[in-house]
Amino acid sequence: MFTNFFLELRQAKVPVSIKEYLALMEAMDKHVADYSVDDFYYLSRSILVKDERNLDKFDKVFGHVFKGLEAPAGEGVTAEIPEEWLRKLAEKLLTDEEKAQIEAMGGWEKLMETLKKRLEEQQKRHQGGSKWIGTAGTSPFGAYGFNPEGVRIGQDKNREGRAVKVWDKREYKNLDDTVEIGTRNIKLALRRLRKFAREGAEIELDMPDTIRSTARNAGYLDIKMIPERRNKVKLLLLFDIGGSMDAHIRVCEELFSAARSEFKHLEFFYFHNCLYEKLWKDNRRRHVDTYQTQQLLHTFPPDYKIIFVGDASMSPYEIAYPGGSVEHWNEEAGQVWIQRMADTYRSMVWLNPVPERHWSYTPSIQLLQQLSSNRMFPLTLGGLDSAMKELNK
Amino acid sequence: MKFTGTDSYVASDDLRVAVNAAIALQRPLLIKGEPGTGKTVLAHEVAKAIGAPLIEWHIKSTTKAQQGLYEYDAVSRLRDSQLGDERVKDIGNYIKRGKLWDAFTAEQRPVLLIDEIDKADIEFPNDLLLELDRMEFYVYETQEVVKAVQRPVVMITSNNEKELPDAFLRRCFFHYIRFPDREIMTQIVDVHFPDLQRTLLREALNIFYDIREVPGLKKKPSTSELLDWLKLLMVEEMPPEALRSKDSKQLIPPLHGALLKNEQDVHLFERLAFMARREQRQ
Repeated sequence: MFTNFFLELRQAKVPVSIKEYLALMEAMDKHVADYSVDDFYYLSRSILVKDERNLDKFDKVFGHVFKGLEAPAGEGVTAEIPEEWLRKLAEKLLTDEEKAQIEAMGGWEKLMETLKKRLEEQQKRHQGGSKWIGTAGTSPFGAYGFNPEGVRIGQDKNREGRAVKVWDKREYKNLDDTVEIGTRNIKLALRRLRKFAREGAEIELDMPDTIRSTARNAGYLDIKMIPERRNKVKLLLLFDIGGSMDAHIRVCEELFSAARSEFKHLEFFYFHNCLYEKLWKDNRRRHVDTYQTQQLLHTFPPDYKIIFVGDASMSPYEIAYPGGSVEHWNEEAGQVWIQRMADTYRSMVWLNPVPERHWSYTPSIQLLQQLSSNRMFPLTLGGLDSAMKELNK
Repeated sequence: MKFTGTDSYVASDDLRVAVNAAIALQRPLLIKGEPGTGKTVLAHEVAKAIGAPLIEWHIKSTTKAQQGLYEYDAVSRLRDSQLGDERVKDIGNYIKRGKLWDAFTAEQRPVLLIDEIDKADIEFPNDLLLELDRMEFYVYETQEVVKAVQRPVVMITSNNEKELPDAFLRRCFFHYIRFPDREIMTQIVDVHFPDLQRTLLREALNIFYDIREVPGLKKKPSTSELLDWLKLLMVEEMPPEALRSKDSKQLIPPLHGALLKNEQDVHLFERLAFMARREQRQ
């Protein structure tokens, strides 16, 4: 019945399955949406869309598939442009100069008043011209106008005074977000690292031990308690920040937020390009609030697991020679510091957001790959999984 | 059983359709939206509207899926065995029913609210898949199957702190409560404070939506905060003129504590007020 609609949704990458489609059919069968297009829209939206990020895609497909399906007169919702909203928008968009020009026309009140009048006068769609509201005109109102006093109203189509279908409003636009690997997947990958140990107050009943002790006690009850299980893994995240890493900032943020909520013992530091004698925790104060790498080596015990996150793309000199850093004079070469880290911490991996197939073209990546004894993994779900396996060894 | 909103809850058309679909098709309804837009209240109102008992299950970070089904109190049984209590012979005496069990065996079709499901462990929703799908579960201790007499109306709320697994989402209907626009907001306020002065309401709404527009706020005030604030304004008998004063010295609205819940937000506001004053002087 609506197979076309269903297939187009899938094509638009809205994750719908047969199950949901059947549920929609069932709902139609039970007359949940009673012969009203709007109700059908609401119904199909609540059944087929499971995430607010997909609402906009859904609206687009719905508008496309059911095009020409006009709501009967009186049922549609008229697009009203709230005055405050226009005011806000214009205030934001206009420069001081333009504001002065508006003043010349008679100020905001005047502008809004004229706008209202125009909206009432206008009955038909309009394009060009210098008075009516439409597209590409020189009237102060409407989209794509040239008048400096112009206010932008609607971008896709001109529809003043006409009934606008709900899905055409596309109110969920800013919620759309095509995250390739969501934090849930990252968290699930990070779960591999979980290592449970019991410590702290004894609050859980230890059934096997209680039964054993009770039996040994000749049936006289002897209750044994044990502490709760907690995740004992300690993690130290070192992020390369700035420069070439800017392109990968989103995936790093996702990794960071996933790790933050998953591990209790989590520390993080930033570095630039390669690890040297200094690290920092706050990028705004990177030159003031620094943390000595030497101190880090002393502070965090060797059972910490180290994860470097960086694209490792730089000039090989930055790794191999003293003074190679692009930012400051480093007494010791980057590779010395990396080697010290590798010597101190048994579990160490390097996550690289650069796609693996490009690695062989960048000498610095190969250099760091060797320094971390081939423990560099791509920052994808698969790579993350292998990295966690490596850390758990 | 059709839900059309109640005299104390304004439901938009899309919300109404979603709730009715969930009731008619007996599927769980997942509700998301900004904090304070009435997700939890919805379950209360639906229960009231269709005259069903409400069973609430509030989820915390330590909540396990099993606790919603049942818990076996082994300690009490061991103790009773020491005291020679007769009850000890029946293991059923030590099974504590959870909220889902209550909901499945209720005499009248109830509304089950699973509140803030995103607070629980990441695997929590997966552990409830079968239970919510077939509305039945197995009790190992007594070897019985608990099956829903009538499938309860299940409402699940989430604040989006964790993403929910696809398999779980497949089984739910979904509704995202959008922040109400001015018109709906006026209706909502009407329902809560019918004798509020028109002028006061208009001024208050102006300020409220202005505050929501301020960029960089940590927590935007929502419906529940607006209602609290209006209540305060009424208790203090604030005249509408006090809100209307366009004097930028008064940029921070009176009794702002009900709207801004974060000291950084209040600072941000003070800073904006200061800047506005300076601009005026120039």
